[in-house]
Amino acid sequence: MNLNATLFAQLVVFFILAWFTMKFVWPPIMKALDERATKIADGLAAAERGRHSLELASKHSAESVREGKEKAAEVIAQAEKRAQEIIEAAKVQAKTEADKVVAGSKAEIEQEAARVKESLRERVAELAVAGAEKILRREVDAKAHASILAAIKQDL
Amino acid sequence: MATGHEAAANAPNAGEYVVHHLTQLNTSGHAQASIVDFSVINLDTLFFSILMGVLGLLFMFRVAKNASAGVPGRVQAALEILLEMVDSQAKAIIHNKQSRQFVAPLGLTVFVWIFLMNSMDFLPVDLLPRIWQSITGNPHAFLRVVPTADLNGTLGMSLGVLVLCVWYNIKVKGLGGWIHELFTAPFGNHPLLYLPNFLMQMIEFLSKTVSHGMRLFGNMYAGELLFMLIALMGAAYGGSEGATGPLLWIGHVLAGSAWAVFHILIVLLQAFIFMMLALVYIGQAHEGH
Repeated sequence: MNLNATLFAQLVVFFILAWFTMKFVWPPIMKALDERATKIADGLAAAERGRHSLELASKHSAESVREGKEKAAEVIAQAEKRAQEIIEAAKVQAKTEADKVVAGSKAEIEQEAARVKESLRERVAELAVAGAEKILRREVDAKAHASILAAIKQDL
Repeated sequence: MATGHEAAANAPNAGEYVVHHLTQLNTSGHAQASIVDFSVINLDTLFFSILMGVLGLLFMFRVAKNASAGVPGRVQAALEILLEMVDSQAKAIIHNKQSRQFVAPLGLTVFVWIFLMNSMDFLPVDLLPRIWQSITGNPHAFLRVVPTADLNGTLGMSLGVLVLCVWYNIKVKGLGGWIHELFTAPFGNHPLLYLPNFLMQMIEFLSKTVSHGMRLFGNMYAGELLFMLIALMGAAYGGSEGATGPLLWIGHVLAGSAWAVFHILIVLLQAFIFMMLALVYIGQAHEGH
């Protein structure tokens, strides 16, 4: 328990060691700690940003889906309407076409009937003449009645 | 190295053994005669304290040099925990960022250094002295291996803290402000109180410094002494008759283990207390009364 100059030597060593720590040990580790703290803070902020953007994206996609659905519904409605229109138009067209066809056939039929009537008329006259000929051949002398027959022929 | 007969004649008795172990290796070549003699330096205290300081700091320096801001290794993480502990203590006690740049590393240094110096106690008490004696060829060569069990070692450090207290007192309050405080605090600003104030302050500084150094010294000195007494039990093995010898030897092993385990606590605790008190005293220097 004696005091001697070791006291002062120890005092000097004390300050040298403390100086060394202050210069070479403390700052690098503190720097590493601070840097890590910044890194972690950045990472957390990035995660937060990511979460936010994800939220935004999902909101955006939901919006897009809704919009798409709306558009699709609109298109479908339009298409239905258009189809209805086309059907309507087709109906109208078909009706006119049919009317036309009907009218044409009617005219044709009438024509045919007229033609048939004409030929019938001709046949009736021939038949009448032929009938008359058969009747007259028995009673009438063709020579005697030639002038009459000629007159009838002329009338026909 | 000696026959039984010679050993019996030359073997130190218990008192001589302890005194021999408690005598420093110094520059005078023999045990210091007077209580205070500033012409003498204890070589063993100086050697082991510098050795421990350099070992501790080089270890921390290596870790610090390779410190990464990414995922830390185990050693780095351990050192970071220590650093954060010291830093948070310093922040709580010293409210001056600029001072902390020196005082916080100082606290870390003190903690690690004192812990290592105290830990020299865990080496068997006779190991290093015996090696030293065979190196020097002098069977009576002195060597003490625990620098903190030397009053010079601990008072040297507490004096360092005192110097810092004075330095920060002047730095923070100015020389005039500090002298003013020395005469007007703690009792008040009145001419009649100047002298009591000053005396009180001086006593305060003295008691702080002495108790700071003495506390660590006392703990380590007592611990070392107890290790020696325990070692004496084992040493009595050869000299005792009958069952006493083996029993003493077993007592040495049991008591030595128990005391070593308990001493781990003291070693760590005293290092922490010394660091905390250094921070507190320097913190007080920053605050006006």
